[in-house]
Amino acid sequence: MAEDRITDIGPPNYEQFLPPVIKKNYGKWDYHEILRPGVMVHVAESGDKVFTVRCGSPRLLAVTTIRKFADIADKYCDGHLRFTSRNNVEFLLSDESKIDALIAEVEEYGFPVGGMGNSISNIVHTQGWVHCHSAASDASGVVKSVMDELLPHFQNMDLPAKLRVAYACCLNMCGAVHCSDIAILGVHTRAPVIDHGDLPKMCEIPTLVASCPTGAIRPATVDGVNSVEIIEEQCMYCGNCYTVCPAVKINNAQTDGISIWVGGKVSNSRVAPKFSKLAIPFIPNNPPRWPEVVEAVINIVNVYAENARKHERMGEWIDRIGWPKFFELTGIKFTKYHIDDFKHAGETYTRTAQLRH
Amino acid sequence: MTEMKYKTPLLDELEKGPWPSFVKEIKKEAHRPMVQDVLGQVERSYEEHISHWKHGGLVGVMGYGGGVIGRYSDLAHEFTNVAEFHTHRVNQPSAWFYTSDALRTLCDIWDRHGSGLTNMHGSTGDIVFLGSTTQAIEPLFKDLTAAGWDLGGSGSNMRTPSCCVGPARCEWACYDTLDACYNITQNFQDELHRPFFPYKWKFKFAGCPNDCVASIARSDCSVMGTWRDEIQVNQAKVLEYAKTVDIENEICDFCPTRCIEWDGKTLEIDNSNCVKCMHCINVLPKALKPGKDRGATILIGGKAPIVGGALLCSVFVPFLEMDPDSDYEDLKELTEAIWDLWGEHGKMRERVGEFIQRVGMSNFLEEIGLDPIPEMVMAPRSNPYIFFDDEIFETEE
Repeated sequence: MAEDRITDIGPPNYEQFLPPVIKKNYGKWDYHEILRPGVMVHVAESGDKVFTVRCGSPRLLAVTTIRKFADIADKYCDGHLRFTSRNNVEFLLSDESKIDALIAEVEEYGFPVGGMGNSISNIVHTQGWVHCHSAASDASGVVKSVMDELLPHFQNMDLPAKLRVAYACCLNMCGAVHCSDIAILGVHTRAPVIDHGDLPKMCEIPTLVASCPTGAIRPATVDGVNSVEIIEEQCMYCGNCYTVCPAVKINNAQTDGISIWVGGKVSNSRVAPKFSKLAIPFIPNNPPRWPEVVEAVINIVNVYAENARKHERMGEWIDRIGWPKFFELTGIKFTKYHIDDFKHAGETYTRTAQLRH
Repeated sequence: MTEMKYKTPLLDELEKGPWPSFVKEIKKEAHRPMVQDVLGQVERSYEEHISHWKHGGLVGVMGYGGGVIGRYSDLAHEFTNVAEFHTHRVNQPSAWFYTSDALRTLCDIWDRHGSGLTNMHGSTGDIVFLGSTTQAIEPLFKDLTAAGWDLGGSGSNMRTPSCCVGPARCEWACYDTLDACYNITQNFQDELHRPFFPYKWKFKFAGCPNDCVASIARSDCSVMGTWRDEIQVNQAKVLEYAKTVDIENEICDFCPTRCIEWDGKTLEIDNSNCVKCMHCINVLPKALKPGKDRGATILIGGKAPIVGGALLCSVFVPFLEMDPDSDYEDLKELTEAIWDLWGEHGKMRERVGEFIQRVGMSNFLEEIGLDPIPEMVMAPRSNPYIFFDDEIFETEE
């Protein structure tokens, strides 16, 4: 073993990457103000200011683009920038006079400025067909198609409150979309197909059996080999078995697609964090632009924008008007799939006669 | 312009439109044969509506059990240059601050060893390098560590912790999220690189209850900034705001406990009933601020659906002081107590939130040495199916 091998050093200390104005005023910020869409100032107790210009990104970035960002940061920000938890890029300036030129340059390069305040920020999303094994749909392509249409809401602050859109390409939810105002979620809709030839070579059967949340997988001898069988009526297509065992194939070109969920949030502001709830159970995959998904999202955004009160997030608005009204206003059909039948399902039944007629 | 090896009419559609295009990004690195084959294979997925990536097969660097995720093409005979196309997670700096030089160093390293394609950033927070051969893994790691960077987590280990922008650029940060994230990451390097948990464990550090890193939904341990004393009010600035903000409708009516009153001149807050939701502070940032007695609420057990259904974190410690000089000993102690219990009794692929539900919150608390308190539940139980033990007969001293 090499003697000079370096391990377990962890990430570099963040302090070396902070702009001087931030180092000086660390923990001593007084207030902030959004000056215009995508531009804000933080003012320190000392009176010092740091300006932030936020721009959208496809998250999948070429090193060529990252180098361009580095050059822009050198030109306008003394080399300082950061990324946000929604994959936006933020350029950090101490000189207000450079903001316009910076914006012109990043927008010229194809990266729009916005995503602050009561807007739709970037869509957090997953790998999809670009890099994932269990994707029920592509991620980047759907996000691109939706954001092309939602761009005005990214560039303006014209919504009642923030509207967080998230995308995950399967129930694993690497994008943790389950608490978003609008969640777009890839779904499988058929039980996996087992490759009994590969299974004994590739997989541990006890682990595979244990991976199923509904106990639908049990050991079985098939054509003389130790394998498993799946009780199809018990399978809800989560794909956990496939991640544990590649021979249990969940992906299905004909029956995979997309579902849409609404009304979740993570912040504690006003009402407690909430899960997103099912709005549309299934839309078939229609690449390259998924027009039905785009249309569904735009419809929900528009109905929300027209009807919610100022400061009400999607879920707060729906709670105020009631779910029947949500389905009526959006024209989305309520089906048997909307009624929960997993653990604790009964918690979602209406157990009161308090209804709007 | 690099000549394209495959025709990609479907992907080319996604170069159009105003939002930045991931297809353009991929094509920027198409001077590499590997990236040409990515384009070919993804176009095939667009034609056939199915992924062509496979997983399985352990890859990684010597001595680590995580950080590199094996990825292979199931059309390797055709797209030979992506037969192996592994993901590398590189531990990001706290709050994703960079200098241009640091970014260039990372780009240079990735240029030498892989596809030149990245995610800035992955869902857990890492810098993600998309696509290298197996052979490139160890040399890439050597270059990374030589430059001061290390891999992040994957598999059943402590995943790469992440944090919000915190006191670096936010007046609402109730503790130093960047320092806490860095400290915890460094303290648990062994747990980060060597998977010996039942399943993954995620830490997220949010400076206030706005939770910009979605810690309550996306982590097993959410460290969420809060305060215990009074909201700081600048009445003069409230009056300023009153010219443009309808204080009664936009502030008082939205307060979840209706603890704010406004008589047109003075904003009065009954701080004993404030639940620290942040709404009034969010709307009036120049006039209101969190109190001065600051710390964090510790919440445990959040996760996405796999395996037993999605969970939000729930309250374990209502208020914990987060003084950097304490080296976060209390948080580490609580974490280790939970890891010991869950590590020993958790089932394979059982997140801690699911484990707590299986064994019962009361049993869990007893084992880790925390007393049950009413802040932990929305309400006491309504069902009378209680497991009593002898303790009920003991008289209180």
